[in-house]
Amino acid sequence: MDFLMKPTLLKDKKFFTPGVIILILLAINAIVFLAFRFFSGLGSMTNLNNQNPWGIWIAIDVASGVALAAGGFTSAALGHIIHKNEYEVILRPALLTAMLGYTFVALGVFIDLGRYYYIWHPLVMWNGSSPLFEVGICVIIYVTVLYIEFIPIVCERFIGKVKLIASLSFLNKPIDSLLRFLDRSLSKTMFIFIIAGVVLSTLHQSSLGTLMVIAGPKMHPLWQTPILPLLFLLSAIGVGFPMIIFESLIASRSFGLKAEMHVLSKLGRMVGPILGIYLAFKIGDMFIRGTFVYLTEINTQSIMFVIEMLVGVIVPLRMFFSEKVLNSKLLLFFASTLTVIGVMLNRINTFLVAYSPPYALKSYFPSVGEISVTVGFIAILVLIYRVIVMNLPVISLPDKKLVHKTKYEIIGGSK
Amino acid sequence: MDRRNFLKAAAIACTAAIPAKDLKANEKFKIDEDRVGVLVDTTICIGCRNCEWACKKAHNLSTEPLEKYSNREVFENKRRPNNKALTVVNQFYNPKNSQLPIDVKVQCMHCDEPACVSACIVHAITKHKEGPVTWDSTMCIGCRYCMVACPFQIPAFEYDKALQPKIMKCDFCIDRQKEGKLPACVEICPTETLTFGKRKDLIEIARDRIKRKPNRYSNHILGEHEVGGTSWLYLAGQDFSKLDFPKLVSDPAPGVTESIQHGIFAYFIPPIALYALLGGIMWINKNKSGEE
Ligand code: SF4
Ligand code: SF4
Ligand code: SF4
Repeated sequence: MDFLMKPTLLKDKKFFTPGVIILILLAINAIVFLAFRFFSGLGSMTNLNNQNPWGIWIAIDVASGVALAAGGFTSAALGHIIHKNEYEVILRPALLTAMLGYTFVALGVFIDLGRYYYIWHPLVMWNGSSPLFEVGICVIIYVTVLYIEFIPIVCERFIGKVKLIASLSFLNKPIDSLLRFLDRSLSKTMFIFIIAGVVLSTLHQSSLGTLMVIAGPKMHPLWQTPILPLLFLLSAIGVGFPMIIFESLIASRSFGLKAEMHVLSKLGRMVGPILGIYLAFKIGDMFIRGTFVYLTEINTQSIMFVIEMLVGVIVPLRMFFSEKVLNSKLLLFFASTLTVIGVMLNRINTFLVAYSPPYALKSYFPSVGEISVTVGFIAILVLIYRVIVMNLPVISLPDKKLVHKTKYEIIGGSK
Repeated sequence: MDRRNFLKAAAIACTAAIPAKDLKANEKFKIDEDRVGVLVDTTICIGCRNCEWACKKAHNLSTEPLEKYSNREVFENKRRPNNKALTVVNQFYNPKNSQLPIDVKVQCMHCDEPACVSACIVHAITKHKEGPVTWDSTMCIGCRYCMVACPFQIPAFEYDKALQPKIMKCDFCIDRQKEGKLPACVEICPTETLTFGKRKDLIEIARDRIKRKPNRYSNHILGEHEVGGTSWLYLAGQDFSKLDFPKLVSDPAPGVTESIQHGIFAYFIPPIALYALLGGIMWINKNKSGEE
């Protein structure tokens, strides 16, 4: 029997598992270190200094975070703009990941800013020539767009079911009307936000690459190129679907659900060509600028470059072109994981490994505090993801009542 | 393909094949012909470090008494300007005469096309048309991108402050200059190492010195062309890379980034066109799937 898929809340699952408890401990650990950061300044718990002003909070939390949340806009382009209905089931999980991912990018920026309480300044003080300004503005707007795109999911869950505790019950009606109003107006205007989301993503994904171009000769030539923005955009598009596959397989495993292999392998089929284009640009750029010579010296940079390219691009590229991989859950997971690691490595390499300031006495390595905070943030993100999918209709399950016919899921339709 | 076309192509590709506007379209900030600068002649400097003291005094930074500055032990390590000292003097071995070490004062170069100004997310750093590059505490958000961008690695950050940490760098004593005074370091210098004046005159002076004593000077005025020119200029008796100056090209540091930025954002045309394009695709595909 072929059931249709319907986004469902996983409320009958257990929240506390051993894994969840570890995540909670990691989160608490991060918060302790953050207290130091806010009470004694950045210097008290990071290894940042005047030579290395940016560390893993920028390279991992922000730069990698933005890249790994690219599943949001690539899936929106595929599902909404190219309008392939079969990908419906991945849209909501991808949207949720992007929404949470970008929220944590913003948090990462917030804690890294020396004057975090001025985080709103870019909204009113513009510098059009600064790529960081562009990244900042695009991310602010994009987070808003993502939250708006998520509203219908909340509406679907709560319309007709708003039941606040006794003393607040007089609010039930107004909230319900508000939700209905939002749902109705958004269902007509959602396309505006969806397209805006894709445009904003292309803009800031590429500008994130422009960021390091200005560092000029302080950047190792293996990474320093005027086409960095293009490379960043291509790799972000390339990692979008692998990231969806990666988390979808983890989620289905963690909640004991059946993996959506037919959709996932279809997604996987598209990854190979994208990674191929990325690799072609990367190698073409190396030829044009003649940077192959730097691979003959053995140093941290050249070794990291080779690992990034081999493990993160070439091996997964080959794997995504193989039928066997596309049809095997384990191998597909492996290939996707490699791509995810590859893009993360690329961001870390671009922002940290390639960056060699002229007067550094020793090279930067993150402090225990920096690592704790980064790990803790990821833990909190996963926990929130878990809470949301258990309480809102995000992950699609086969619905025994819906047998074919109804082609679209009914937005806000549980009347 | 030359660089400009290549960039154009990249920018176009980034925004899905939309004509990039003329990259030169961005108006250049007009800088004053008569802008001031300082010529640092490292062959004269005696390493007395009085300038370090004067600079701290002028900026209300805590400092030891002037007498302590004659202590030569500090030269054992190379130092950098930081949040406690906006300028420092380093000492280098002199291959021509090992008895006479070379002393080099370091501070912000006050670039004519400063990377820090171009990079700053909120425009908290300003290039004044008179020459100085200054930082505004009321705007800065502490992102430290200026530090990533500066080719001379000058801006320093107060990492030990939890509230209102500042970006610290030489401000060319702009307040003293407004009062008609010399920069503190120039004023106190007991030798003629530091010459304050109009940048164009300083270049003449420097050329003249090189011409008169070709043996004393290497034929290179650092800052005349580096990263598009700087307000502070240096003369030396040997290669500047031996004196810990970074090797730099004459293209302004922000040039490439700004071309990319202005290419992608030429009057917002590329993003809007991309929006329209995606809207079109969405509309067509929606109709198609509706017909099925
Ligand atoms: S030396 Fe650095 S800090 Fe000074 S103006 Fe140039 S880019 Fe800015
Ligand atoms: S740290 Fe301050 S001055 Fe430097 S780029 Fe950021 S906002 Fe601008
Ligand atoms: S010009 Fe003023 S701020 Fe700059 S080094 Fe000299 S004394 Fe210090």
